[in-house]
Amino acid sequence: MKHADGQYNKEGLPLILRYTPNERSNHWITAICFVLLAVSGLAMFHPAMAWMAMFLGGGQWTRILHPFIGLVMFASFAVLVLRFWHHNLMDKGDVQWLKQIGDVVNNREDQLPKVGRYNGGQKLLFFVLILCMLGLLASGIVIWRAYFAFYFPIDVVRFAALLHAFCAFLIIASIIVHVYAGLWVKGSIGAMVRGTVTYGWAKKHHERWFEKVISGHHD
Amino acid sequence: MALQSLDIKRMSATTVQPPEARTPVTGTVAKLIDVSKCIGCKACQTACMEWNDLRDEIGENEGVYDNPRDLTPQSWTVMRFSEVVNNDDNLEWLIRKDGCMHCEDPGCLKACPSPGAIIQYTNGIVDFNQENCIGCGYCVAGCPFDVPRISKKDNRAYKCTLCSDRVAVGQEPACVKTCPTGAITFGTKEDMHVHAAERVEDLKSRGFENAGVYDPSGVGGTHVMYVLHHADRPGLYHGLKKDPRISPLVGLWKGVAKPLALAGLAVTALAGLFHYTRIGPNEVSSDEEAAALKEAQRIRETQDETR
Repeated sequence: MKHADGQYNKEGLPLILRYTPNERSNHWITAICFVLLAVSGLAMFHPAMAWMAMFLGGGQWTRILHPFIGLVMFASFAVLVLRFWHHNLMDKGDVQWLKQIGDVVNNREDQLPKVGRYNGGQKLLFFVLILCMLGLLASGIVIWRAYFAFYFPIDVVRFAALLHAFCAFLIIASIIVHVYAGLWVKGSIGAMVRGTVTYGWAKKHHERWFEKVISGHHD
Repeated sequence: MALQSLDIKRMSATTVQPPEARTPVTGTVAKLIDVSKCIGCKACQTACMEWNDLRDEIGENEGVYDNPRDLTPQSWTVMRFSEVVNNDDNLEWLIRKDGCMHCEDPGCLKACPSPGAIIQYTNGIVDFNQENCIGCGYCVAGCPFDVPRISKKDNRAYKCTLCSDRVAVGQEPACVKTCPTGAITFGTKEDMHVHAAERVEDLKSRGFENAGVYDPSGVGGTHVMYVLHHADRPGLYHGLKKDPRISPLVGLWKGVAKPLALAGLAVTALAGLFHYTRIGPNEVSSDEEAAALKEAQRIRETQDETR
């Protein structure tokens, strides 16, 4: 059972454990890698972002570190996938949830189907991230000039560069949405920082999960 | 002899207009390589090594005259030897001096992500500025002629500079200076075209009816041009491309995709901001908290009853 037994927030409300310390660390390792990769990748993508090369210590360091950080992110993300994949399989309710995206963005949650541990949007993100990560890894190795690029025909390298940019665009846009969702739905950041949510948060946003947790089933 | 100074016309990863007040009145420069006059002596390779202080590693003889076998960070020009059996069943030994073509529309410069690592001077020379090079290899993907080479020692890209340092002080490139048969000439692009036309006429009068100048328009023309006896079949000359152009994949990647992707990300982030300021956050009210606690109690009680 994943109750945060005996834990209360400042208002004295009891809390439910949503993410264990290991899950949180795993998430934040992935997140740190992502931010470093996004800024260094954008630095190599558009001249307007070239100044971002400073975050990894200049152009040469950006070129050196970016692919290695990418490997760390992929490995870390792969562990996240192993942890969470079984919570992220789409069902009919999730499709309905996605169809009612207008109600979602207008905070009319009462009109939406009851959500389990993750909602349709979160599940969609999960699979978009998997696709992007695989695309980035494969294309990234092909364009990794120092070790691998010379093994591939030039048109494959060119295609990989384009694919890498496309997947990067998709993943950065998705993560912007992911981060915004965390800021928008109050209480979500606490879930990934402290690991806990209130009963009200769980019931309002993930009612089927809430019912399961309270009734003592493993979620 | 061209005397253009090295004013910069275009810089990699730079979106602003470079200074443009000074433009060479005599136009751009060009090196003209008359393949029909080349004897394959490789004096140009040696001159290039000497002037640029390059010493490639001594390789293996692979049974052909090509030596070294390919362009490297230490070999910015190489002779390519092609043995071709022509229609009369005669052997033609076609020797092409390979190296950077100094495209008017350089794919390397288009692909380069590092500001100022690749520059194009107003005289047309495309030069790599290794101090700014980050070693990513995008220029390799961008080049339609497979010319740039990344050094394994310092991870920087190298290629023929057209002896921009010599040209800057009014001298011809080292290979031109040394060529014993006059197969390589240098001057304004206009003059080189005039000279090339004479050579083509001469070759035609000697039975090479398809003789012509190689100045491919797909890359906006080049500042290294060839006189070919078989201009209709440039592929004979060690696979010289008939219609080279920047790959459409690179064109998309380093063209329209750049501003579109950046705009897409900006719009996504702004959409978040405006959603927050117009619709606002999704918060759990204290009533909802209380209701949830009650609901939890109800669930637990029903469970106890069923036990």
